[in-house]
Amino acid sequence: MAKNLLDKLLDSHTVKTLDADHRMIYIDRIFLHERTGSIALKSLAASNRTVQRPEQVFCTMDHIVDTHPGRGDKTQMPSGHLFIEATRHSTAQAGIRLFDIGDANQGIAHVVSAEQGIALPGCTMVCPDSHTCTLGGLGALAWGIGSTEAEHALATKTLVLKKAQAMRVTFNGKLSAGVTAKDMILHLIAAHGANGGAGFAVEFCGEAVRELSIEARMTLCNMAVEFSAVTGFVAPDEKTIAYVKGRPYAPTGERWDQAVAHWRTLQSDPGARFDHEIVIDAGSIEPSVSWGTNPQHSMGVSHPVPSPSENPEAEVRSAMEKAQRYMQLEPGQKLNSIAIDAAFIGSCTNSRISDLRAAAAMLKGKRIAPGVAAVCVPGSSQVKQMAEAEGLHQVFIDAGFEWRESGCSMCFYAGGETFGEGKRVISSTNRNFEGRQGPKVKTHIASPLTVAASALTGRITDPRDFL
Amino acid sequence: MSTSNAPIVRHSGVAAPLLQANIDTDVIIPSREMKIVSKEGLGEGLFANWRYTLPGGREANPDFILNQTAYRNTSILLCGNNFGCGSSREHAVWALREYGIRVLIAPSFGAIFYNNCINNGLLPVVLDEDAIREIAAACTDNPQTQQPLINLEEQSVTLLNGSQYEFSIEAAAKHMLINGLDQIGLSLQHAADIEAFEAGDRDQRGWAYLGV
Ligand code: SF4
Repeated sequence: MAKNLLDKLLDSHTVKTLDADHRMIYIDRIFLHERTGSIALKSLAASNRTVQRPEQVFCTMDHIVDTHPGRGDKTQMPSGHLFIEATRHSTAQAGIRLFDIGDANQGIAHVVSAEQGIALPGCTMVCPDSHTCTLGGLGALAWGIGSTEAEHALATKTLVLKKAQAMRVTFNGKLSAGVTAKDMILHLIAAHGANGGAGFAVEFCGEAVRELSIEARMTLCNMAVEFSAVTGFVAPDEKTIAYVKGRPYAPTGERWDQAVAHWRTLQSDPGARFDHEIVIDAGSIEPSVSWGTNPQHSMGVSHPVPSPSENPEAEVRSAMEKAQRYMQLEPGQKLNSIAIDAAFIGSCTNSRISDLRAAAAMLKGKRIAPGVAAVCVPGSSQVKQMAEAEGLHQVFIDAGFEWRESGCSMCFYAGGETFGEGKRVISSTNRNFEGRQGPKVKTHIASPLTVAASALTGRITDPRDFL
Repeated sequence: MSTSNAPIVRHSGVAAPLLQANIDTDVIIPSREMKIVSKEGLGEGLFANWRYTLPGGREANPDFILNQTAYRNTSILLCGNNFGCGSSREHAVWALREYGIRVLIAPSFGAIFYNNCINNGLLPVVLDEDAIREIAAACTDNPQTQQPLINLEEQSVTLLNGSQYEFSIEAAAKHMLINGLDQIGLSLQHAADIEAFEAGDRDQRGWAYLGV
């Protein structure tokens, strides 16, 4: 029978079928971070259970760590160092490799796991962080879990998984200049709803997806969770294999050949069945930006803020009104006329080297608008080092950006880093939730190109104006 | 109030409507409220951005429903679509439990959040929007006395006015909630199967195994 890629990934990891809907799935890789990993390890130890295969478990410091140059364990949030110390202690006790502050390979979990070859095509990978689906960009079956589930995976090497339905999202045709993977995923979520992927694992395919770099595929898959999908992934191809080859934890020698042979089988078979299909014309996608408090509240940058009164559904209408009150926007206001206070380039969505290169190319030789605060936080210490070797840091600094150490930083407020109460921020991150970037902060999510263009003009700006 | 997975079979209590769609876990507990490496001490941070007048403050916002005397001791939340979407933080569930919430009723839940509920003795009931609106309407006159009764064994929600709504829930989740079971303990009973799978898998997918 023709199998889709989800079937293939699940079948190769099924330890046991428990009932019609549930399987016990073998977990190849577990990634932890100081925010939720420390709690999971502590609770596991308290219940006298052990980490079964510490060599397949990794941990990083990303969520709370300070990102200012010269950082130590102190964070902007007064008690942050407690998480850092607890993580150091519990990973050492369990024998888990920790990418600590000061480690040349420290960085955001989902950036590091790809960069180090820890996440691999055809692997199952979990992390107590919802954006673990990023690694679907490599063709891994990767998804975010809670702390108790992380304990489960650590203690049993498995998770009990409810069968997800299979969805295929096909992006036909080519993207226009200035349009990126970030715009593709915002377009999908805006068109089909923040709940549109609920209960599904999404395979992204089509010409526009094949053309994306591996890093861009990770951006696309990163926000599958904002679509409420269990996860998203792209079938591995020769680009993927070239990306993985030679990375520190990638297989070598005979095992590499064995792996590649397996990865080449990882596509949906012709005629495979999907429970739901969405087809999008990639050429119709514009640079997108959010206007509300959920990624679904996004649209092409040339459009006006939508009018809630035109929506037939009462609940949607009131959510739109509430979002616009929070964002202090009026229906009809042009998105590309909205003045911003700050610009942020960072996060597991958009802070890999290709993102920084694209933003730097736009910023080169220019200055950001007066009064705009701008920060760039590389996704990993390795990305930072590569960028510095290429001189990109100087481009950012000369343009008026702060250049930081790696971490989640202003993607959310856990470590206490923020542009300040009520600021309006254009951000390359993935969540424009209320308060996500600090109290009353108004977040507009967009691609790094749109963020860079907006920083230059001081208002939300179509990046194509600078191409 | 504990955050443990205490059994839940039948429950009646004050029900508060929070019907807005897409209430995410950042709203349920803002990140700055998760101050220590613990599953406890989080109840105070529940809905902090809505519940208090100032960020980080503790002065009750009188407009927020859970602060109103009519909704004292709320243990059931009536919610909108996609409740608990967003961040995987289990703190959201721990905070709800510590506050005293035992049952959530929504048309749909965030997937990770849903599993976190099952693992912590918080019963997520799925009903359609109309049913939830009817329940909300039937409880608003006097929430303290008009308490719905949720019966997990029978999979029903019963109101004082006699209306009854049936819900479905997976057998495995129901079993865990009713008995207050721990999934890790259940799974470890399959240890021999896990070892057998691994032995065979190492032959086939040796490349996926590190450190050997
Ligand atoms: S960068 Fe943001 S979204 Fe990504 S893992 Fe960190 S906090 Fe989560």
